[in-house]
Amino acid sequence: MIGIIRYGAGNIFSLTATLERLGIPYGMINTEADFELYDRYIIPGVGHAGAAMDKLVNTGLVPAIKALNKPTLGICVGMQLLTSYSEEGNADLLDLFPVKTLKFPQTANFKVPHTGWNQVFAEKENPLFKSIPLGSHFYFVHSYFIEYDPLYTLSSTSYINKFSASIWHDNFYGVQFHPEKSGIHGETLLKNFSKI
Amino acid sequence: MLAKRIIPCLDVKNGRTVKGVNFVDLRDAGDPVELAWNYSQQGADELVFLDITATVEKRKTLVELVKSVARQINIPFTIGGGINEIADADALLNAGADKISINSAAVRNPALIDELAKTFGVQFVIVAVDTRVMGDKNIVHLNGGRLPTEKQTLDWIKEAESRGAGEILLTSMDHDGTKVGFDNGLLKKVNDAVNIPVIASGGAGSVQHFVDVFKHTNVDAALAASVFHYGEILIPDLKGILKQNNIEVRI
Repeated sequence: MIGIIRYGAGNIFSLTATLERLGIPYGMINTEADFELYDRYIIPGVGHAGAAMDKLVNTGLVPAIKALNKPTLGICVGMQLLTSYSEEGNADLLDLFPVKTLKFPQTANFKVPHTGWNQVFAEKENPLFKSIPLGSHFYFVHSYFIEYDPLYTLSSTSYINKFSASIWHDNFYGVQFHPEKSGIHGETLLKNFSKI
Repeated sequence: MLAKRIIPCLDVKNGRTVKGVNFVDLRDAGDPVELAWNYSQQGADELVFLDITATVEKRKTLVELVKSVARQINIPFTIGGGINEIADADALLNAGADKISINSAAVRNPALIDELAKTFGVQFVIVAVDTRVMGDKNIVHLNGGRLPTEKQTLDWIKEAESRGAGEILLTSMDHDGTKVGFDNGLLKKVNDAVNIPVIASGGAGSVQHFVDVFKHTNVDAALAASVFHYGEILIPDLKGILKQNNIEVRI
């Protein structure tokens, strides 16, 4: 069963509604003791990365999250929290991945936020992307991105530059897009995560 | 590549879908949740619900509708209509809405854009602009295009962007309901002038109109209602033809 880490950053109605529709059981993690009740975890997140990190620190759950050894998936800002640092709020983050979250540069031809459906290309074999064709579209909405790093990038997307659409290291996963809003392929990804 | 988005718009009154021709005569076009599900299966990229209910029970009815949509739909959706304060937006966000769209409230109180963007992030805030040509100028209109303001359309859109709009939904009231095609001249001007996504609205009557708006203006998305509701254009056919015209779409 999936434990969703609650720390007050953003709304999770769409995520829980999607898990219910897919028949994936879940519960909420509010305290350290709750971690034992679940065999995998989701860190949700919408909004400002620096503010989200402050809220997460205030829960007191940070040491327990850093020590997790079961599958853990960060979504959107929840993914960015797994990195070492974000330019959004000049914030030090969980540092589970030694990569940075950067702001999209201003350019003439690309609008920010990066909003809409873009193609995602898995670069490694991993059960998270099982049955998802290369180049499938996922729904993104973000102004900050995680830099591309061949060591940690699990799938990539191109917008202004090539960046990490998802990252993977040991039991930790992150996706920049919103699987709960990404049609059938997003649903497949969540089902895959529930079985990793 | 980032795909161009196709967005069906559902006008909702008292929990039912309606669509007016030139926003005046309303016709019932079905149950919004069922329509929404249908569109998501057809390949719509996103949905917009515009609530035109005027009763005091409005917010409660709308929040229930938003929850039903969020439970059953796996694509993003926007809610517009009667959002005047942070609490309205907060209730919709918590019910599962991905974005909210504000129109008259933003014109009357531009600081609302700043407040919403600061509270929820720019990605949550669409500023909808209804425009109509008066003399040789494009003028922002309120009340479904009936009430002219003193604002020039391009100036207002730039102001909205600087205040924190994450996206612009631009409806030409001269084209809306006419099926003569989008207002490509104005849309190109606006799209070139801002650095946030622009959704074109008003005038879609044929598949070629969608090809034209993407080719000629490079807007990010195109929105329509009646051509989808009455089955005159089927989204899979539309996307197939866009792709043949080398326009990036999600199929």
